[in-house]
Amino acid sequence: MKEKVTAMNKRLTLGCVFLLSSSVFPVWADNDTTNGTINGTTQDGQAMNAMPMENMNHSAMPGMNHGDKQSTSEKPGAMQGRAQGGSAPANARDPHAYSGGYSIESGQYALPGPRILKLADEYNFASLLVDRLETVRTSDNSSITYDLQAWYGRDYDRLVLKAEGNVDNGKIEEASTEVLWSHALATYWDGQLGLRYDSGEDPGRSWVAFGVQGLAPYWFELDITGYVGEEGRTALGLEAEYEILFTQKLILTPRIEASVYGKDDVKRGIGSGLSEFSAGLRLRYEIRREFAPYVGIEWASTYGGTADYVRATGFDTDETRAVAGLRFWF
Amino acid sequence: MRKTSSNTCVIPDPSRRRFLQGLAAGGVLMGLSPWTKPGWAGQVTTTATGMAPVLRGTEFDLIVAETAVNYTGSPRMATTINGSIPSPILRWREGDTVTIRVTNRLNTSTSIHWHGIILPYQMDGVPGISFAGIPPGETFTYRFKVEQAGTYWYHSHSGFQEQTGMYGTIIVEPRGGEHIRADRDYVVQLSDWTDEDPMKVFAKLKKQSDYYNFNAPTAMDFFRDASERGLGKAMERRRMWNQMRMSPTDLADISAYTYTYLMNGTTPAGNWTGLFNPGERVRLRFISSGTQSFFDVRIPGLKMTVVHVDGQDIEPVTVDEFRCGPGETYDVLVTPQDDAYTIFAQSMDRTGYARGTLATRADLTAPIPELDEPEWLTMTDMMGAMAQGGAMAGMGGMNHNDHSTSGSMNKNATPVRHAKTEYGPSVDMRVDMPRTNLDDPGIGLRNNGRRVLTYADIKTPGEPVDPRDPGRDIELHLTGNMERYTWSLDGLEFGKSTPIHFRHGERLRVIMHNDTMMTHPMHLHGMWSDMEDANGEFLARRHTISVQPAQRVSFRVTADALGRWAWHCHLLYHMDAGMFREVIVT
Repeated sequence: MKEKVTAMNKRLTLGCVFLLSSSVFPVWADNDTTNGTINGTTQDGQAMNAMPMENMNHSAMPGMNHGDKQSTSEKPGAMQGRAQGGSAPANARDPHAYSGGYSIESGQYALPGPRILKLADEYNFASLLVDRLETVRTSDNSSITYDLQAWYGRDYDRLVLKAEGNVDNGKIEEASTEVLWSHALATYWDGQLGLRYDSGEDPGRSWVAFGVQGLAPYWFELDITGYVGEEGRTALGLEAEYEILFTQKLILTPRIEASVYGKDDVKRGIGSGLSEFSAGLRLRYEIRREFAPYVGIEWASTYGGTADYVRATGFDTDETRAVAGLRFWF
Repeated sequence: MRKTSSNTCVIPDPSRRRFLQGLAAGGVLMGLSPWTKPGWAGQVTTTATGMAPVLRGTEFDLIVAETAVNYTGSPRMATTINGSIPSPILRWREGDTVTIRVTNRLNTSTSIHWHGIILPYQMDGVPGISFAGIPPGETFTYRFKVEQAGTYWYHSHSGFQEQTGMYGTIIVEPRGGEHIRADRDYVVQLSDWTDEDPMKVFAKLKKQSDYYNFNAPTAMDFFRDASERGLGKAMERRRMWNQMRMSPTDLADISAYTYTYLMNGTTPAGNWTGLFNPGERVRLRFISSGTQSFFDVRIPGLKMTVVHVDGQDIEPVTVDEFRCGPGETYDVLVTPQDDAYTIFAQSMDRTGYARGTLATRADLTAPIPELDEPEWLTMTDMMGAMAQGGAMAGMGGMNHNDHSTSGSMNKNATPVRHAKTEYGPSVDMRVDMPRTNLDDPGIGLRNNGRRVLTYADIKTPGEPVDPRDPGRDIELHLTGNMERYTWSLDGLEFGKSTPIHFRHGERLRVIMHNDTMMTHPMHLHGMWSDMEDANGEFLARRHTISVQPAQRVSFRVTADALGRWAWHCHLLYHMDAGMFREVIVT
């Protein structure tokens, strides 16, 4: 058994190496995943820092006529820095400073009645992405896995539904469904808060879920969620995906998923610590953007107490899965 | 500014050719009354293409209705004015008072905005700002005195009706007669058509903002780059893009994957043709009515002398090519000698083109050029002056006339002040050191071996009408988040914004600072935008000013028009996303 685990780890390592090398540069090497910065690390950034700051002080410049004199006493250098994210310096401009107290709702020359000009920032949109709907074949079994995410709402606040599960012989084996409020926190990151319910195996488990979902530098799609359940149960889920475009339509997606639990849940066969880890490669062809069949392979392994439970029920703690399925969205 | 080849390894898509070229006989389907909502099954045999009808005088009746069209082989319903695409050419005379009765035969509200025309705000045609819109079944009467001359256009300002066919040309004849002498005078109206419901296009962009971009960098490109330049250079070339999670090939948002580009409502295969006799002087009035498309226009074999921009005469400048952004108009003079020339207007993202012919006979054609290779955006497009050869060189680049002072900055190159609201999720880039030089024709046109018009070339003769110096500056940043497909000003979409207040009678400077990697044609309603160069010298009177990525430009404006006005990006999908402000003059 130990040999097998070692072999599994090798495969995992290979998978991870591929995942990382294929992306040229790992996400974790970036020292600031939520804020890409072009300052300080680049030649250009150094050039920018080297620029004499007095040049930026417009109070020294003749002919300057700012309506807003507030800036003259400020250190303009404070404006220099990140090209993305970060937090506003104290001297950042008030975007409403030019309004003269007027609003778009009412006041002189405004049309009577409620505002009728509403643009798409005030529309609701809806989306359903079935990221994976696949048949999963192992050496001794065949089942169906689904993984979908739907949302409804506006640009920065959405109701999100995430559902993932496994169907074996027409019966839901394992299913996890989350309903979350998703709120944009940063350029590429949404914070999410809501509930998760695990079904399939009895007993069901309910959790409060909180996490972040977004795009890390180098285009890694990440979804990291922490869970707090009843009886002091805690859990952590991690999903990472990356897309490698062989062509505009032929796309390889390395994907990893891990789950960690804070304590044993004997009834559901879960041990504390790293419980499950999987790494997969899926190659899809986008017939249309919205409709892409794929094939792939996935390596999955259970660890610690969870592995013990798996062994006790007579199954392998790690398996190689051949998958074939559809990715589609509306 | 290196030219990069990015031959992408695209699986052939047999439908693309048809989309690109369109139906030869594509256009409005005839035999259907435009005044009623037709069911078009089985009734259609012919289509009309080419010139829109010309309406003259001071009284006009325009009927907005749904009309069946077919540009790609699939019949669709368009929104038309008097049943044609483009809408009728309106010929007015400077000094006349025109009365235009617009009747809405749609089942939704409509409107018409007179783009570039100075008029009372109630006549400006923006639903929710100028008036309530024209409800179904009702007629709205526009009446205003035409106090200007030149080439303008009009379009719906409601929803996506401009995308679905509501745009036409306005030609205002000068009171003293036309002074630009030409033997022939043609309107060349450029536009984009999609068979999709524009709202669905928009929704797709909200879900996958690169949905229509089939020029994304691929792994194959990377390996090719690595073998040609070395691994280090190939990685370096991508590093900034990948760190910032931005695409170097996001040039248009919407490509020929769904668009068919039209010239005077005619597909490339339909080949709109303007006739001439050799040696004649031909005036071509280019109207850029693409809802989401910049067009790069040239006529191989002919020099074009640009004489009139945004309805204003300019000091003539002779070029091989010019870029026109949505909303802008360019009148050029050409003197063709040969039998046939192709008018070639390729989209900025190089996925397709509108095309027509100038010929001595209707059946003649000239070769159609290949589309240029799409280029990657450069560091200049991302970082402005910072990328133009280091900081000091960048500073020098901002001020071509004065290197003597230690600051070496001019009054336009005021310190950048980002808005507080640019540090959140609505903004994916901030430029601290913008470029302010106007002699850059923009991505895809740099160093292409042709003389390309730049904004530095566009000069209205004489001084601005209002000689006063601006009393104050207003700084606005053009912002967006491509990944989320949100577009805003100062990081605020329209719904969260407050109006910009101009005090009646004041002269002020508006600074537009582009914190995005796309070019935005910014259109201020109701008042002229007197564009300045980087030194604050008057350049040209404009109604639409395209601001390139990481660029900072300024214009002076005289707040002489009381009321509420729209000010927005004229890329329709950016405008609809919220890149829109109200201006109030009191």
